[in-house]
Amino acid sequence: MKEERLSARDVSYTYEESADPALKKISLSIEAGEFVAVLGHNGSGKSTLAKLMNALYLPTEGQVLVCGMDTADDSRLWDIRRQAGMIFQNPDNQIVATVVEEDVAFGLENLGVPHDVMVPRIKEALKAVRMTDYAESAPHMLSGGQKQRVAIAGILAMQPSCLIADEATAMLDPSGRREVLDTVCRLNREKGITVVWITHFMEEAAQADRVIVISDGEEALTGTPREVFRQVDRMRELHLDVPHMAALAHELREEGMPLPEGILTVEEMAGEVMKLLCPSN
Amino acid sequence: MSIELKQVSHTYSEGSAFQSVALKNISLKIEDGEFVCLVGHTGCGKSTLVQHLNGLLKPTSGQVLVDGEDLNGEHVDRRKLRQRVGLVFQYPEYQLFEETVAKDIGFGPKNLGLDAAQIDARVRRAMERVHMDYNKYAQRSPFELSGGQMRRVAIAGVLAMEPEVLILDEPTAGLDPRGRDRILTMLEELHREGGTIVMVSHSMDDVARLATRVIVLAHGELVMTGTPREIFTRPERMEEIGLGVPDAARLCAELRRRGLDLPEDLYTQAELKEHILRAWKEARRAE
Repeated sequence: MKEERLSARDVSYTYEESADPALKKISLSIEAGEFVAVLGHNGSGKSTLAKLMNALYLPTEGQVLVCGMDTADDSRLWDIRRQAGMIFQNPDNQIVATVVEEDVAFGLENLGVPHDVMVPRIKEALKAVRMTDYAESAPHMLSGGQKQRVAIAGILAMQPSCLIADEATAMLDPSGRREVLDTVCRLNREKGITVVWITHFMEEAAQADRVIVISDGEEALTGTPREVFRQVDRMRELHLDVPHMAALAHELREEGMPLPEGILTVEEMAGEVMKLLCPSN
Repeated sequence: MSIELKQVSHTYSEGSAFQSVALKNISLKIEDGEFVCLVGHTGCGKSTLVQHLNGLLKPTSGQVLVDGEDLNGEHVDRRKLRQRVGLVFQYPEYQLFEETVAKDIGFGPKNLGLDAAQIDARVRRAMERVHMDYNKYAQRSPFELSGGQMRRVAIAGVLAMEPEVLILDEPTAGLDPRGRDRILTMLEELHREGGTIVMVSHSMDDVARLATRVIVLAHGELVMTGTPREIFTRPERMEEIGLGVPDAARLCAELRRRGLDLPEDLYTQAELKEHILRAWKEARRAE
């Protein structure tokens, strides 16, 4: 059996100023090395869930475990944050230093990591996000995608086992989005880092191992991208989209065309259409 | 009204060590009733360009003509002109500041010196156009609203100036699918009512849905202009520039590459659906 990295057990969370809970009795378990996308419209509770996963918030009810550590256990707080690093939406709000490598060093310095340990870790972290050439650059001269990669390097330097990204690509242009998602996919694949990827982009979620859809503070759907995105009507009820090709396949099926369920990409769509139209090939 | 750029170049910090050329020799004209979408990479000059359209930036060389008159000429009232050309910046909700939604939207009209009844009428009209219920939201604090609602309030603030041309810099960035769709529907309506709109966007699907004309910028230069059909049915060229095309256009190119007989200029999902269905029905009949 795979090791559990992040788990929530009957977790509810109510904001102080609010009467209704933002999350209602959510239970989930994320295994080591999984890439899980979390979808949900604004106000669904998905950012609240992310903040519970590295003890920025503590559950009102229930329990959140990070690598087996209870986030309510104050004595483990730094271990928890080191294990579950978090990146946020706005690239400009996460950079603290005036030189890239100093920014990556920030977390390590706070932990009091000795200099001779710190230097190679920073190098390795920058290499992992392919930002080595910018080690001595000023962060404000970087593009949004590059800034997010620096933020990721800052987390990697702490050698975490999980990365939680709360709409990390929302403010980026398409190429910036691509480079950040590619970086995270590579870290997941090559270093086995567990990823929780919160996004509004259905095409990004289509690349995950598993998709969790949150609506009104509850888990509404979960499964592989193919299982989730073939429920086109249900997704729309939840005020979400599905990838364009999944939507087109759904419409064609409704017209009677026997396309298989689970089409997500342009290539898959083209392949299935050609099978029906030119069965001889 | 028409806005014309004649050989406009713009260089930031000219003459200093930080000198950078943002626009090179751009000529284009925006006509009444158009919905023009500006696309290109971050840093390609899109935001610099839109700030020339209402005189926030002056060209380093070249001219901006509004209804034939040089915007940067000596006797032009640029303040007046900015009322005619409304600019909605990126993440405009960061600029909300008033206690109530109505006061925030009414801020511009109030500065025009309108009386309370006129201001109220403009606020009501602007709220209606962005689909915000006046009775429900006018007296609420803008900071209690959702991200998408805050953005619509900020856009209403510009609409309350009743501009003839509305310019928006990435109006759907960072919104969830529902928030995005609300903004797009609202822009569609404004355009249908005869408004002239210029929109900067990274989303080719939004562009495909709304644009009557697309302008592609790369490295400060205008590299392509045309209808969405003309632009999106050249996926290789767009990908060369590092921009994509809508998935439907990619599917059309991919099916053609695999030998399906389709017109080459399809780029919307509805068109693709229709053509694929027709081809499938023909294939079944042939069996």
